[in-house]
Amino acid sequence: MINPHPGLPELEYLKPTSLIEASKFLADHAGEARPFSGGTDCFVRLRDGIWKTGTLVDVKQLEGVKDLTFDAKKGLTIGAAVTMNKVASNADVLKHYPNLAEAARSVASYQLRNRATIIGNICNASPAGDTIGTCMILDGVLNVHGVNGFYTVPLSNFFLGPGKTVLKPGDIVVSISFPIPPKGLVGTYKKLGRNTIGDLSIVGVAVLGYPTAETKSGYRFRIALASVAPTPYESFKAEAVLAESKITAEVISEAGVAAMDSVNPIDDVRGSARYRKFMVRNLTREAVAEVWKKISK
Amino acid sequence: MGFQRITLTVNDLVETVDVPTNMTLLQMLREKLSLTGTKNGCTAGECGACTVLMNGEPVNSCMVLAAECEGANITTVEGLAKGGQLSKVQQAIIKTGGVQCGFCTPGMLISATALLARNANPSESEIREALVGNLCRCTGYVRIVDAVKEAARM
Repeated sequence: MINPHPGLPELEYLKPTSLIEASKFLADHAGEARPFSGGTDCFVRLRDGIWKTGTLVDVKQLEGVKDLTFDAKKGLTIGAAVTMNKVASNADVLKHYPNLAEAARSVASYQLRNRATIIGNICNASPAGDTIGTCMILDGVLNVHGVNGFYTVPLSNFFLGPGKTVLKPGDIVVSISFPIPPKGLVGTYKKLGRNTIGDLSIVGVAVLGYPTAETKSGYRFRIALASVAPTPYESFKAEAVLAESKITAEVISEAGVAAMDSVNPIDDVRGSARYRKFMVRNLTREAVAEVWKKISK
Repeated sequence: MGFQRITLTVNDLVETVDVPTNMTLLQMLREKLSLTGTKNGCTAGECGACTVLMNGEPVNSCMVLAAECEGANITTVEGLAKGGQLSKVQQAIIKTGGVQCGFCTPGMLISATALLARNANPSESEIREALVGNLCRCTGYVRIVDAVKEAARM
């Protein structure tokens, strides 16, 4: 009989005291050990037998991972152990990056968000990751510690495929940094789940916009899509539509169609590819219209 | 596989427990400390039946390693009543009839207690959002939501 409540497989638990020690251990045990913070994805995969991991390396006590700091010149930094609820309720995030707070709040349930982290969401590299799109269009840069010390990776270059990233054995993402957002920035995250709240996304659309002299329309929009491509995906085609001509309801509809045409989703248990494409169109239109209403005032 | 000795506070009592490294907080509460009020539903962080307070904040105890709980302060449903007196949320859920089979109730009580601690007067939508991670297959939620409203008034 299948056990409906499998326990965790046998594993070791390591609590290193420094990044150097943690990176060395992870590199020396490549394929057997993995970094671990909230466990909300990790435990599910271990129980389902998808991951065979000998050692979980807890990163929650390492230097820099609890940071949640905002600097008026440098921007925002969120450490790897900062939970979704901490991000969603932080005064600086709510003031300067409210769309990031909104995306964090859209994840699962309150009690899960007390363990889940933005960095974990990113490192699991699920195409459905709710906070990833917003982090991408806010130009997030990951601060990674590896066996040769620190290096940075822009989020736009981080994903290789579902669950696959550029990280090498020994690499630990310590934090993510965001530049100061452009003046007048407004953003939102539209998520379609099977329930109004609490579910994984069938389609997720993160949109932000701000006035700029650099485009013909006088505004720049950024649009990232979840659950419709092998990796979190920024639709440059839809963004170009909104950059090139004066923004009207028709142009916003056109951008929705461009977003739809730029993706090739799959059929799965949560929705068909065809349905997902139409929902990309509708949610992009809805999100851009909402942002446009606020920035054009 | 290794064992770890951890010391933590559970319902105001200091406990020292030897736990296998793959044991979850949920298993430790139920199997080592015999606190079986906390339920095992989905073991995937979806249903909320295992919700406990960890350092004052609700977490799914099936998604926490016991070994991570060194020094933690845990409150389970058994710790909500003080001095033989049920907590406000417990009294309210009895009054409104928000319990049927009872399996979700411990998790509901913990989530509702945490909500009222951070927001003493929540709106209906705030209550529903706070309880979205606690599934109930009996009540249809109406009387559970009523119980939280009632507890906020008490």
